[in-house]
Amino acid sequence: MAAVKETVAAVAELEKYQHGFVTDIEQDFAPKGLNADIVRFISAKKDEPEWMLQWRLDAFERWLALEEPEWAKVHYPKIDYQDSYYYAAPSQKAGPMSLDEVDPDILETYKKLGIPLREQEVLAGVQGAPKYAVDAVFDSVSVVTTFKKELAAVGVIFCSMSEAVREHPELVKKYLGSVVPVSDNYFACLNSAVFSDGSFVYIPPGVRCPMELSTYFRINAKDSGQFERTLIIADKGAYCSYLEGCTAPMRDENQLHAAVVELVILEDAEIKYSTVQNWYPGDPVTGKGGIYNFVTKRADCREARAKVSWTQVETGSAITWKYPSCILRGEGSSGEFYSIAVTNGHQQADTGTKMIHLGANTKSRIISKGISAGKSSNTYRGLVSAHPKAVGSRNFTQCDSLLIGKDCAAHTVPYIEARNGQSVFEHEATTTRLSDDQLFYCQQRGLDTESAVALLVNGFVREVLQELPMEFAVEAQKLVAISLEGSVG
Amino acid sequence: MGPRDKREDDGDFESPFVTPMLSIKNLHATVADKPILNGLTLEVPAGEVHAIMGPNGAGKSTLSYVLTGRQGYEVTGGTATLDGEDIFALEPAERAAKGMFLSFQYPLEIPGVPALTFIRTALNAQRKARGEDEISAPQFLKLAREKAAALKIDFDMLKRALNVGFSGGEKKRMEIFQMAMLSPCFLILDETDSGLDIDALRIVSEGVNAMRSPDRAMLVITHYQRLLDYIKPDRVHVLSAGRIVASGGPELALELEAEGYDKYAQVAA
Repeated sequence: MAAVKETVAAVAELEKYQHGFVTDIEQDFAPKGLNADIVRFISAKKDEPEWMLQWRLDAFERWLALEEPEWAKVHYPKIDYQDSYYYAAPSQKAGPMSLDEVDPDILETYKKLGIPLREQEVLAGVQGAPKYAVDAVFDSVSVVTTFKKELAAVGVIFCSMSEAVREHPELVKKYLGSVVPVSDNYFACLNSAVFSDGSFVYIPPGVRCPMELSTYFRINAKDSGQFERTLIIADKGAYCSYLEGCTAPMRDENQLHAAVVELVILEDAEIKYSTVQNWYPGDPVTGKGGIYNFVTKRADCREARAKVSWTQVETGSAITWKYPSCILRGEGSSGEFYSIAVTNGHQQADTGTKMIHLGANTKSRIISKGISAGKSSNTYRGLVSAHPKAVGSRNFTQCDSLLIGKDCAAHTVPYIEARNGQSVFEHEATTTRLSDDQLFYCQQRGLDTESAVALLVNGFVREVLQELPMEFAVEAQKLVAISLEGSVG
Repeated sequence: MGPRDKREDDGDFESPFVTPMLSIKNLHATVADKPILNGLTLEVPAGEVHAIMGPNGAGKSTLSYVLTGRQGYEVTGGTATLDGEDIFALEPAERAAKGMFLSFQYPLEIPGVPALTFIRTALNAQRKARGEDEISAPQFLKLAREKAAALKIDFDMLKRALNVGFSGGEKKRMEIFQMAMLSPCFLILDETDSGLDIDALRIVSEGVNAMRSPDRAMLVITHYQRLLDYIKPDRVHVLSAGRIVASGGPELALELEAEGYDKYAQVAA
């Protein structure tokens, strides 16, 4: 109830895209364009060992041979990959720093975004509130990671990817690219060549991570792409909950964000991965600018009874191309995908999941809620497949689409492949229009139009919001409401 | 300050006559350019219950939607005031905050929004519009338990999504529950008896009667006289072809029940 109230208040108070400011600081750039020297430049900037550089160069070679995919239901002018910066970082010394060494303008940026980077500020918060460790990634580099000591005490490694390459090469070598192979797809391959920063997490056997882990991605530099790389490993019997948030300034040019996230889940372990994606969506009227969000996310339930859950709230980006997937390899492993995708203005989203059942008695569940408004297009694309050995596997899929207004579109493209006779797959789908009847009913009870839309939409997405950690749920609810502001009436 | 208090403030204007709470004068309205209301005049004083009866297509539901401001119901002439204030100048939500409540003939389902959440959100929106403080959670729950018990509504039902999967009778009971919670001053009941069995009709009517008070007025729209056995009207009006063609006491309803609407259809024509 309080959340609904907050939504209403948030709608009234906030501007449409409130994270659109630019932080004016000194930055180092790689020269514009993409070639093997740029890959070497990035690797050298990060002080990487030779094997990492070779891995990147190998990826770059393969990328040159690949073609950009065209099967998604999204339309955009051809991207000129030579007209972008592949590395942009605040001018500062390399390596991990204490908070006092971080540029105050960057700290101010995160403060404005509501991300606590000072541990004492987190601690000084409301008693009993969950604790969050934050890795803050600004353009191509991680500027600070909090609570590392406290996490290290229980054996949890939480650091930037760059640091992990230097400090934990054995883990990185073993797992990097093991879930999303270098040449998996065009954008993942590009990422493998030029990836900048992201988070690395390792939870040792039997450890339940004592706090929420989170990474906050911020694109700031003009004409630059962000290529984050995240790798999370939950060893046998381990558990962690991880959140990511993303924002960017309002710019007239499109910017590319091609991330790769790999999750490795071993026996009896569990990862909950939540995303609240709020990249700049472009101008709502002209459709100019905005982020191209071309992301590959995949979890590998490598051993028995491993469990993964993806929850995503996608409200931003001009174009979203994203299918967080689960490879259910271990016997009895399970995967879940909960998604809210909101498109308004000229946004295009083609998103969904893949549930690949390889092991016996594996289970998966997909709940997708798509909301389209304005002149936007929203597509759910999902694959559920069962290998011949995946006997006794089960899937339940529910895809609901809500249309607001007359000029938007919703599409549902489910693929189902069962290659054994003992799997049970269920698929339910609905498409509804936000009805004038419902709106009037709410108005007659005293809600103005904006509040009525917020209430109805919150009802529509409630099942998914419940899957998010508490604080993110409130944030997500506000975001959904703000994204749809002005879509009726 | 609630709209009900207004009359007391305007003490100077106190007259020996009952001031009508709702006053409709020569109202014309169209739906999709088709005239439905054709010069309707009606006054409902505070403290009274008026019934509107009439054949199908007479404009009964249109009247309720025009008064509450539904889109697509266009006022083409005439006036309507609530406590002296022009209601056509107000948005639907503002009319609700002034105390207008419509019990829908077909209540809407609101998926994913628990009944209690819905009502609390609505109540607080109204209170905010009136410059009142929001109701506290314990206060709200106490009130909800009280009103639910009176209407024999299982409290667990209030935690379910509003009207989703509810039976016709449960939906109507939920309308009356909302009415009790929001405590409006001008109540419109649109075919509240339709779809109710005799037990549900009795419970719903008791709920409505409990709200009768000197500072509230009600408009009961019904096709059948049956409901008026339970909710006794002070006045009965016959609506035909968009106008009030006859008015009288409760006995008029009995007469209609016996003789039908035929002769009024001719009056209107």
